[in-house]
Amino acid sequence: MRTTDLLLFSGQSLAGARKRTLLMLLAMSIGVASVVLLTALGEGARRYVADQFASLGTHLLIMMPGRSETTGGAPPLFGETPRDLTLDDALALLRARSITRVAPLVVGNAPVSYGNREREVTVIGATQAYFPMRHLSTASGRALPDIDPARAANVAVLGAGLRKALFGGHRAIGQWVRVDDRRFRVIGVIGKGGQSFGQNLDDMIVIPVAAAQELFDTTSLFRVLIEARSEHHVERAKAAARTLIQQRHDGEDDVTIISQDALLQTFDDILRTMTYAVGGIAAISLGVAGILIMNVMLVAVSQRVAEIGLMKALGTPARQVLRIFLVEAMLLAAAGAGIGVLVGSGGILAMQQLLPEFPVAAPLWAVPASVVVAVLTGLLFGTLPARRAALLDPVQALSGR
Amino acid sequence: MIVLEDVERDFVVGDETVHALDQVSIAFEAGDYVSVMGPSGSGKSTLLNVLGLLDRPNSGSYRLFDQETRELGEEQRAALRRRHIGFVFQAFHLVSRLTAADNIGLPMMLAGIEPRARHQRVTEVLAALGLTDRAQHRPDQLSGGQRQRVAIGRAIVMRPSLLLADEPTGNLDQHAGGEVVELIERLNNDGITLIVVTHDKEVGRRARRHVRMVDGRIDRDTLHAHD
Repeated sequence: MRTTDLLLFSGQSLAGARKRTLLMLLAMSIGVASVVLLTALGEGARRYVADQFASLGTHLLIMMPGRSETTGGAPPLFGETPRDLTLDDALALLRARSITRVAPLVVGNAPVSYGNREREVTVIGATQAYFPMRHLSTASGRALPDIDPARAANVAVLGAGLRKALFGGHRAIGQWVRVDDRRFRVIGVIGKGGQSFGQNLDDMIVIPVAAAQELFDTTSLFRVLIEARSEHHVERAKAAARTLIQQRHDGEDDVTIISQDALLQTFDDILRTMTYAVGGIAAISLGVAGILIMNVMLVAVSQRVAEIGLMKALGTPARQVLRIFLVEAMLLAAAGAGIGVLVGSGGILAMQQLLPEFPVAAPLWAVPASVVVAVLTGLLFGTLPARRAALLDPVQALSGR
Repeated sequence: MIVLEDVERDFVVGDETVHALDQVSIAFEAGDYVSVMGPSGSGKSTLLNVLGLLDRPNSGSYRLFDQETRELGEEQRAALRRRHIGFVFQAFHLVSRLTAADNIGLPMMLAGIEPRARHQRVTEVLAALGLTDRAQHRPDQLSGGQRQRVAIGRAIVMRPSLLLADEPTGNLDQHAGGEVVELIERLNNDGITLIVVTHDKEVGRRARRHVRMVDGRIDRDTLHAHD
């Protein structure tokens, strides 16, 4: 039998049983569409995170006190107490040529009040450099002043959400707010929608790092953001920072420095794995569709017993009967997959319209993979009915027994 | 051309063994016109199925075109059917979704013959059957007689040398049945070997050779040199 005839013949018999065919197409297309859509969502999440990192610049390093990386080898004989990371440590980093800016950070929670309104928010102790490094801009007023980082000036910059909660429609700039038991003058408000790693910066207050240290009664820093001269200087900056801190800490290497790349890679791996997992779960519906194909094909075989008997009487070998029914199952699966891809793509388009800031897009592998899995499913689950057809006894088949 | 020797075909029905063919020995010549008659359950259809290689005897020898069929595998039997044997059934067995032309062309399509050759042969057959204007009709748009003529067209489209008809007029009225019988007789005149299983005495009487079966045995086998 010629291939074109085989396809035509199978197509005709599918068109002949319209309701049955539509049902199977529906099942298959739902399966494929869900694979395409769900993996697109997973991929969207991955890209979203990647975009967030990219918006921060890829030449940023984060230093934290303590050594969290395992180095292997025997545990140290003498206890290794990580030293605090101090403001002086942070400022010393500026001596390295590969480092352009540093932002020492102290982070804590404290109640912020104005008049009789009070909010418990995140307090970030920072320097002027924090704003450009985090790509934060002020909606009104200005950022922290470029003063000596050791000076505990009592000025504050509010997040847009906090400003609204405390001041409502009133003007905030120039007013004094109370943070715990200290008073700060509001000098600026961060633009709405300020985000960092998906963390909402709306509900926060930024004060000078020295003021925050006094507020939380600590000399230690939470983090130091380090900006390398360029992307190419990232590794050099990392090494220089480590050496500088080691010198200052009596030769002990007791800080952890992570680059955006490493962080991004981790997120990337997690989200990629999640995308695979979600795709795999959606693929179960393909399996369900396969079982439906098997069921309906079995019905089709029993309804077409006489036709199969006839084909055999006309001298069609069993393996050709098998092939005819397999091609039918595969055509169904392929057509269902085609519709599923269209529906899935339509869904992605719709989501892109509804959530323009969320980069939903099916990963390159999702469409071919789901189509291949669909066709293989058709083949796998079409085998049983096709074999049943191929093994029918022609005499019994023709007599309708 | 066709020789059966001591052919036995048994079916097990419940606890009983039914001898559908009981030590049947018979031979047919090329160009024969044979009617096989007998009461229900006498083994007529089983004989036809064995002759058509649709059924295998339990024992005995069946030589078709001087070839012993006992040792042939399923594929080879299918190939013999495809090339040499045409079937006409009481229930027509047309494929309802295909047009008359496609039904007639079905064996050629299944055999992988290219569309142009197929079309030419189908046009020829349609003309010979007087169905040219019905070529694009589907079976449900045709009368019973027309359907059986389409089925006959399908049976002869591969130019078989043996035509096996199982109650070809069983589902037709007298007039349509007469037309069908005339058609297959014309094919026999052109040289095809024709074996017709029938209940209809009128139809049976027209054959040159009458075989009568009772209880799986050949009861009578007579030649009639009429017409």
